Amino acid sequence: MNALKRLLPSGRHCVIGVPFFWLLLFFLLPFVIVLKISFAEVDVAIPPYTEIVTWVDNQLTVLLNLGNYVFLSEDELYLAAYLGSLKIATLSTLLCLLIGYPMAYAISRASKEMQTVWLLLVMMPTWTAILIRVYAWMGILSNNGLLNALLQSLGLIDEPLQILNTDLAVYIGIVYAYLPFMVLPLYANLVKHDPSLLEAAADLGAHHLTSFWKITVPLSKNGIIAGCMLVFIPVVGEFVIPELLGGPETLMIGKVLWQEFFNNRDWPVAAALAVVMLAILLVPIILFNRNQAKELEGKL
Amino acid sequence: MKRFSFSSFMLIAGMAFIYLPMLILVIYSFNASRLVTVWGGWSMHWYFGLLDNAQLMNAVGRSLEIACYTAIAATALGTLAALVLTRIPRFRGRTLFGGMVTAPLVMPEVITGLSLLLLFVAMGQLIGWPAERGLMTIWIAHTTFCTAYVAIVVSARLRELDLSIEEAAMDLGARPWKVFFLITIPMIAPSLAAGAMMSFALSLDDLVLASFVSGPGSTTLPMEIFSAVRLGVKPEINAVASLILLVVSLFTFCAWYFSRRAEEHRKRAIQQAMEETVKGA
Repeated sequence: MNALKRLLPSGRHCVIGVPFFWLLLFFLLPFVIVLKISFAEVDVAIPPYTEIVTWVDNQLTVLLNLGNYVFLSEDELYLAAYLGSLKIATLSTLLCLLIGYPMAYAISRASKEMQTVWLLLVMMPTWTAILIRVYAWMGILSNNGLLNALLQSLGLIDEPLQILNTDLAVYIGIVYAYLPFMVLPLYANLVKHDPSLLEAAADLGAHHLTSFWKITVPLSKNGIIAGCMLVFIPVVGEFVIPELLGGPETLMIGKVLWQEFFNNRDWPVAAALAVVMLAILLVPIILFNRNQAKELEGKL
Repeated sequence: MKRFSFSSFMLIAGMAFIYLPMLILVIYSFNASRLVTVWGGWSMHWYFGLLDNAQLMNAVGRSLEIACYTAIAATALGTLAALVLTRIPRFRGRTLFGGMVTAPLVMPEVITGLSLLLLFVAMGQLIGWPAERGLMTIWIAHTTFCTAYVAIVVSARLRELDLSIEEAAMDLGARPWKVFFLITIPMIAPSLAAGAMMSFALSLDDLVLASFVSGPGSTTLPMEIFSAVRLGVKPEINAVASLILLVVSLFTFCAWYFSRRAEEHRKRAIQQAMEETVKGA
């Protein structure tokens, strides 16, 4: 470790400072400004909000307008949107876990060569535009789309099913888009398990389902947490999928925030929506960060 | 697994679920019919039509430009961040730093986008920079969130690195920066390449951040596609989407291939060195 300390003596402050300053300025400071603007009032000006701190005649006035938050709590639309987002995020995280866990398990059991191939196949979509992958589903799920044509030709249905622009389409889209983010951390965890533990359990007469529940699942706790957080947190704020696949009754907070900002041009209300969303997500984000910190330091 | 188990079945089914829609999209991009649901025979018609669409081509150019700059900046910043996280165990604000590196991975894009826009507006008022939003602000937004991905990829590699090589170089009197550029960088090069390609791909397909922080005349490709897609499925968009799929798949495959080859090369070199040591002894 002594030699290591010498690795960065002169440039040490610079090495820490550059990324630290960048993230402070472009990641943390913006949240402070969002918080500030959530207390402003909408105004017909550029930018479209009032200043909350003013300095007139040697008087410093800090005007905190809680109106936006009162407005959010009074209008049922926003509450319904938050609840809708949480419901969709929870259910789709569970679905991803149910589908993703067996997939990750199967990959971790494959031969070394097959593992790299499967991993490449899982990883490829995470690099591909989410917009395009969601768009692909629009053509499949629409009333005169492939799925309805297939079901009709099989004689299972007479009338085309309305799937596009419903919540069902949103679930399909979210599970589709976020499945790789569940599989990758689960695989990274499962592949590290020591097979001798399972062999020992089998020698002692445990059924393989018993040893799966009592050994594999508890050992993969950190992978499950990482995967679930990687799906749940971004899905709460998802915009593209409910916008393209969902219908008017699909209420999700990301979509509402987008509309407040771009359609109503009400920046303070959009900021307040973001602050509340962040407050809801704070606990999951801290949980994820702790988990990641362990992973980054190699303590897992 | 000797027999065909439930998990193997799920793996195959999951892969089909992931890849079938993309395959269908690509097949339909060659559809001659203007009606997207009716098959009218094979045709390259829509691909040639793209070349005449100047608006779309401008957006492609802009997106590629931003993606290049993002890949360079995010790789540099992300490597520094990874170095700090893996090599400097204690300094003031380390927990905060670690949090800021990993949080962008999960932060909903609408929050990041809105907050960055408000920052740019506030900065514009306060210090007059950025005077207007455009490529520069999109680049900053993309760099910030891609840095997190690069830091994760690079720190995984840095952790498995054999420290004794760097220590040996320093014992022989090499300056730290020289050790870093001549020894550490070549050893982590595959992960740097992977991080850069990942940033490039992420930047190329970001819609939400770009929509918030872009200005007039800086419409990127995803924004262009989104405004078209909102109105429904169109054959031209099928063609653009297939081209993007092709480019990204090639990119991913190259990243995978190069990192694999580098890994094999490294293993062979180690084995060779070991054999020579044995022979010498």
